[in-house]
Amino acid sequence: MQPDFSIRLEKRATTSTFFAYFSPFIALIMMLIAGGMLFFLMGHNPFKALYVYFIEPLTDTWTLHELAIKSSPLILIATGLCLCFRSGNWNIGAEGQFIMGGIAGASIPVFFPEFTSFWILPLMLISGVLGGMVWALIPAILKNRFGTNEILTSLMLVYIAGHFLDWIVRGPFRNPEGFNFPGSISFSQWQVLPEVFSSGRMHYGMIFAIIGVIVVWFLLSKTMKGFEILVIGQAPRAGQFAGFSPQKTTLFVFLVSGAFAGLAGIAEVSGAIQQLRPSISPGYGFTAIIVAFLGRLNPLGIFAAGIVLALSYLGGEAVQISLNVTDKIANVFQGLLLFFVLGCDTLIHHRIRFGHSWGFIKQGVQHGTG
Amino acid sequence: MKSVVKNTPLQALDDMLTVSNITKLYGDFAANKNIDFNILPGEIHALLGENGAGKSTLVKMLYGSLQPSSGQILWKGEPVSINSPSFARKLGIGMVFQHFSLFDALNVSENIALSLSPDLTIAEVAAKAKELSTHYGLPLNPDALIGDLSVGERQRVEIVRCLMQDPELIILDEPTSVLTPQEAEKLFKTLDILKAEGRSILFISHRLDEVRRLCDRATILRFGEVSGACDPSKETSASIARMMVGNDVNIIKKGASVSSDDVLLEASQLSQPAITPFAIELNNINFKVHSGEILGIAGVAGNGQSELFDVISGEIIADKDDNIKIRGKDVGGLSINKRRKLGASFVPEERLGHGAISQFHLSDNMLLARHQSDVVAFQRMGRIGVVWREMVEKATKRVCEIMDVRKADIDPIAASLSGGNLQKFIIGRELDRQPSVLVINQPSWGVDAGAALHIRQSIVNLAKSGSAILVISQDLDEIFELSDRITVMFDGKLSEPLDTSKTNREEIGLLMAGVGINEGKHAA
Repeated sequence: MQPDFSIRLEKRATTSTFFAYFSPFIALIMMLIAGGMLFFLMGHNPFKALYVYFIEPLTDTWTLHELAIKSSPLILIATGLCLCFRSGNWNIGAEGQFIMGGIAGASIPVFFPEFTSFWILPLMLISGVLGGMVWALIPAILKNRFGTNEILTSLMLVYIAGHFLDWIVRGPFRNPEGFNFPGSISFSQWQVLPEVFSSGRMHYGMIFAIIGVIVVWFLLSKTMKGFEILVIGQAPRAGQFAGFSPQKTTLFVFLVSGAFAGLAGIAEVSGAIQQLRPSISPGYGFTAIIVAFLGRLNPLGIFAAGIVLALSYLGGEAVQISLNVTDKIANVFQGLLLFFVLGCDTLIHHRIRFGHSWGFIKQGVQHGTG
Repeated sequence: MKSVVKNTPLQALDDMLTVSNITKLYGDFAANKNIDFNILPGEIHALLGENGAGKSTLVKMLYGSLQPSSGQILWKGEPVSINSPSFARKLGIGMVFQHFSLFDALNVSENIALSLSPDLTIAEVAAKAKELSTHYGLPLNPDALIGDLSVGERQRVEIVRCLMQDPELIILDEPTSVLTPQEAEKLFKTLDILKAEGRSILFISHRLDEVRRLCDRATILRFGEVSGACDPSKETSASIARMMVGNDVNIIKKGASVSSDDVLLEASQLSQPAITPFAIELNNINFKVHSGEILGIAGVAGNGQSELFDVISGEIIADKDDNIKIRGKDVGGLSINKRRKLGASFVPEERLGHGAISQFHLSDNMLLARHQSDVVAFQRMGRIGVVWREMVEKATKRVCEIMDVRKADIDPIAASLSGGNLQKFIIGRELDRQPSVLVINQPSWGVDAGAALHIRQSIVNLAKSGSAILVISQDLDEIFELSDRITVMFDGKLSEPLDTSKTNREEIGLLMAGVGINEGKHAA
């Protein structure tokens, strides 16, 4: 018999409920440790760096407002995505749906700059929602009609949306009085999503996010539609027995998540940026995937996770300013977090076994003779 | 290792395997408690017990997939700790599972080679398999694709694969549950050869007549403890059953047939192409089930029964509206929930993943099947469709009480129930609606004697109240016990129904093997 030094994962017979609940926290701690080591290797005091990164942004009123601005799109998008992921539909294209929502919403002030009344803002929001829905509809229809893999189609549509935005702000949407800079006109008072409090920049996007969280929580935990989504995701065959249509569910979850991403897009463009630019998102649509999983695909968990991930963006800016570290560090922290969350989840359900048969023989013989 | 495995006649009087005071705890719950029993070389030893009695737990410990909490296992007198199935195989313990693990798209010798050391070439494996299959009377073509084989043939592949390891103790889990009577006979001959070579067999079965014929000794488990041991040939089926369930087993009360002329469920000229490469094409199916009647569809698994169930339930839509009629209405094009609203109920074969979802609570599984038929009771707020939890939980509680579903919590997840208790719940969920048509696939598949009796009695009672019932089952005992008329499914076709009183097991067995079913002879 050849010794065999392979490593494999073996399913655990029982999984600990304690660790299943706390794995996001374990992942957070491990991310802090790994991040601290990273700062140390870069020649910084890890404790100071982590303080600047994670604590300082929480100490000022204006930074708390920034935190809300950054977390609201993440929460809104991730809340929509949790419906997709719970039903087994892997919508990776929220970034594109976000961008298209921003473009569709911004098209109203661009095309009707004279139209200034209370009604323009609701129109922009509806238009943004529709833009996101249309973009999400494409992978849903392709999946239902042709069995196309929605991971690929939704992801590819992100790049199309990104380049479309880049072209449109240099072409048809460009501000004629903008000195040839790419970008639309700046929105006027009625076209801007207002601030919630007078103390800072936080706009109504945060309110939308809170409403979205409550609506999806209610949908998932109280209604038949939510039950249908969970059934389709858990056991498609049982879904058939229950008379649920997987196609209709796919359509529904893509439309809802597209609507949420589109709303987040127009809220960002109208509330935070106040014009259309070549880039309107630091990757919210992708980060929201991390938020959704860190929040255990539960709307209330997603709310908390959205704030944590928003902090990782703010902290990235903070260390850039104070420690002169590139703000790409934010992506590193987000990547570390996702890695540790998935790692923790895997190890909760599996154990690592080294070796194949060799290990068993040795064990068995020792026990057998001992 | 090899020298240890070789059998020597000197040990003939000693135990092959001794289980001494084994206990397996899950928290406070003892799945096995102080189990003592032994297996002698060259004996066929039966392990009996209701579902949930602890047979699976015990067998898993013998095969190394579970470790005992306390107690000892001796292999030929030496204490061993069986840490894994591969160590069990090294010792000389082989197992043939109830549910096969074969790849449909690979051929026989490739499937066998997958479980062996990579040093052997496929050709060597094929030669060895051929030799074993001839020696033990298990005819096999090493080049045949698994997907093309019958269930009986697949079982032979599993047995040959197990024999490749030259085991001295072979554990067979419910080996005859998927076989025709004729196929089971062939299996028994193989077992006789194995026994004559001094190999031991641990035989797990629900079929007491088989056990009485075949087995030298039996150990009976009840509530995780050994409740008795006997020489089955000296017992009656009733006396063994008593040891299993702890009291006298009643035979179901059939009563006079009350079937009337009212046809409640009808299939006419129902044909359905195969949807997947492994599905069976349905070919001109015709039958009528009258009010108060139970029509039994016998047949070896994989002859189109699941396909028939899906198209009758509406999970798959039939070609033409009038292919299927429920209470006189054409329903071929209607969804499963529209058919339920007409008074029909359905119980699929697979409990987990089809009839119920393993990680869902029982109340959620109640909702799964009845959210539309009981929309008034189970949902509130109109279009928003808020689930009315209290009502669903009330119905769940009612069903669990009526069907005597044994469970640890008020509303546990489906996976935590034993097969028999989950099946009682799934059937109770439908009976609770008093359906006028019930279509049920494998009512007591893998269910212990006590639960099976309960299930069958409720089916008979429902028929007495005037419902039409279609029972699809591989279990001939069940078919004969329940049905007023019997028809056999073979290769997607249905035989002409026979009155149960005018036929016998041999005739049905031949039909199950495909003898006598041909074109033009399938009108019901």
